[in-house]
Amino acid sequence: MAQILMKGNEAIAEAAIRAGCRFFFGYPITPQTEVPEYMSARMPEIGGCYLQAESEVAAINMVYGAAGSGVRVMTSSSSPGVSLKQEGISYIAASELPCVVINVMRGGPGLGSIQASQGDYFQATKGGGHGDYHLIVLAPSSVQEAIDLMGTAFDLADKYRNPAMILADGIIGQMMEPVELPEMKEYKVDPEKKPWAATGWKPGDKKQRAVINSLYITTEELTELNERLQARYAEIEKNEARWETYNMDGAEFVIAAYGTVSRICKAAIDELKQEGINVGLVRPITLWPFPKQAVRDAVMADGVKACLTVELNAGQMVEDVRLAVNGAKPVEFFGHAGSLMPTAEEVKEQIKRMREE
Amino acid sequence: MLEQNLFAGFGGQGMLLIGQFLAQAGMMEGKYVSWLPSYGPEMRGGTANCSVCVSDSPIASPVITKASCVIAMNRPSLDKFESFVRPGDTLIVNSSLVDVKAKRDDINVYYVPANEIAEKIGNMKVANVIILGAFLELTKCVSVDTVLEAIALKLGKKKANLVDINKQALVAGAEAVTAK
Amino acid sequence: MAVVFEKTKMLTDAVFHYCPGCTHGVIHRLVAEVIEEMGLQEKAVGVAPVGCAVFAYNYFNCDMFEAAHGRAPAVATGIKRSRPDACVFTYQGDGDLASIGAAEIVHAAHRGEKITTIFVNNAIYGMTGGQMAPTTLVGQKTTTSPYGRDEAWCGKPIRVSEMLATIEGAAYIERVALNTNANIIKAKKAIRKAFECQMSGKGFAMVEVLSTCPTNWGLSPVEAMKWLEENMIPYYPLGVFKDKTKEGE
Repeated sequence: MAQILMKGNEAIAEAAIRAGCRFFFGYPITPQTEVPEYMSARMPEIGGCYLQAESEVAAINMVYGAAGSGVRVMTSSSSPGVSLKQEGISYIAASELPCVVINVMRGGPGLGSIQASQGDYFQATKGGGHGDYHLIVLAPSSVQEAIDLMGTAFDLADKYRNPAMILADGIIGQMMEPVELPEMKEYKVDPEKKPWAATGWKPGDKKQRAVINSLYITTEELTELNERLQARYAEIEKNEARWETYNMDGAEFVIAAYGTVSRICKAAIDELKQEGINVGLVRPITLWPFPKQAVRDAVMADGVKACLTVELNAGQMVEDVRLAVNGAKPVEFFGHAGSLMPTAEEVKEQIKRMREE
Repeated sequence: MLEQNLFAGFGGQGMLLIGQFLAQAGMMEGKYVSWLPSYGPEMRGGTANCSVCVSDSPIASPVITKASCVIAMNRPSLDKFESFVRPGDTLIVNSSLVDVKAKRDDINVYYVPANEIAEKIGNMKVANVIILGAFLELTKCVSVDTVLEAIALKLGKKKANLVDINKQALVAGAEAVTAK
Repeated sequence: MAVVFEKTKMLTDAVFHYCPGCTHGVIHRLVAEVIEEMGLQEKAVGVAPVGCAVFAYNYFNCDMFEAAHGRAPAVATGIKRSRPDACVFTYQGDGDLASIGAAEIVHAAHRGEKITTIFVNNAIYGMTGGQMAPTTLVGQKTTTSPYGRDEAWCGKPIRVSEMLATIEGAAYIERVALNTNANIIKAKKAIRKAFECQMSGKGFAMVEVLSTCPTNWGLSPVEAMKWLEENMIPYYPLGVFKDKTKEGE
């Protein structure tokens, strides 16, 4: 199929539709508004449902209702809006429902800015709402990857009955790049595959009626739920870590970065290489499960002196990198909070400073 | 080849649009491209700019801090982005709206009275395409024919009648920088 | 032996957890009977609230969702939009619907969402132990209005039916009470009408049921019923506030 030039937000929306998503509930917020705009035009064309909710709170609860019916459903927002959704996300995770949530991150805290940011890493990867739960968190670094990860997100959500999040940033959302779209996929709810879904039941039916619920009033029942969730998370950690490495051969240093920032680091790595300095990159694609082993392997490789984690925040993923490396080699941080994008020049300076130390 | 271009002007001057024309044309020529706009409230009458990378190899960073070519359609854009141009590279200034000269002497500066040329052609809206014509003539980033194809694609069937005036604009823009 | 009475199959055999004298049980039965009588067993999907009826998913014998506090109308919207043929109802109390969920109920009505809402108004937060609700009457003592609801400080109670009746998308709005047998029969008719309204695609329908809370009011069931008649009905008049079901017939 021929390439077309597409904006990240629109590509995300189209890719969701092609992954079988026919239900979208959302609310406008910069810099993700092209997702609901695109959905509002596209869904009626294919007999899907676009509905503008009265708030992000309502939108995520509409997702809960539709997810409980077994359909492929999603919502999208940006940082302040995703904070509002946290209550619903916790309920969805606890009710073991699949859905996809898009966060096109902008600067925070508070109302923050509308420029790109990675300030929601903690919120996305450590649960976000109340209680012990995880989302499957996928972080694209290009428009094409955002498209590819949409299908992955829906598949993983269904496979593990767990919400998945695409953690993008304002640049991924707003940027246009050439892309190839996957084939259109129809998704039919199969009560055999989703026996838990509320697809219709009457007294006397053989199967149990559906009760979509996250209330377990006895400690025994709640412990049972949590143990089931934790076992599932362990399974996800075992099977689903995804990452990319770049220029690792003979690297003196390893940069750990994800999303848009990883591309700035690639630019810095390319320029450093011309100056005779070899630096590798390890780029987590799944932020949860965090690719611990891959990051550790990259940093522990022979010849690597230290790791530099670069983020568009005050230092969040660096904590997971440090846990993975567990003190075996130095792990430094460079980044800016407040949406000021680190530049390739700055990254190069950091590496050069580390070489001299 | 990695061309990192920055097109800047007032919101409404069509800088984001000519950036898209360039990105589309680059893609049609089989190159790697990225188009990254400034966004938000500044779209409404403030300054608007976009970074367009065109390259023979995959584009590492779509975010530009050094440019091979900057187009400044208005004074604030010149003030903000003159420093982005790499030494020896190109700055194109819309002299219809910018009444000062560039400060640097280590870059090639071209002054194109885009609005006046547009007025002569008879359509004020094509000032952006005139400056794109000048850009293409100077950088040879992609071919004029491919850009015309990209413009025709964007205009679609309903506005196909506007392809001609855009072609005139590209030619006039190129002439403005070859005449000197 | 001839069977002279059989409990509706739309209620499970689970034993209600409600306090003695509470009217939730009656309302559950009315809703369940209407669903069965209308032959909607297989299509019925209920959404339980947070509040005294939080365990409603254990009692209604159909597919059920438990919603976050106040969010039942949004959850119901997601269900109905993904299963347009389903018969979707929310069952909500006054704290859930009129306080924390005010936005969700207003906008479900505003969209003309084809769902049925059973709104149980007993002028108090029951499950958390008797706190002031938006529907608590002026002067009424609760654990968070120990000197009686002060109008100057907290405003007057919200009349939800009157408010929702002003919204274009609301097709059927009625307030009923369970204080007499005649009124219980009226309540069942109203509930049936609200379900018919949904199934004929007319729009949003709500039945507000004035209900008692003997435990948190500190009254016996009989006294509570009397208190409802003397205090609630004068402020919350019974009747139909909106009926678009006859339009287009």
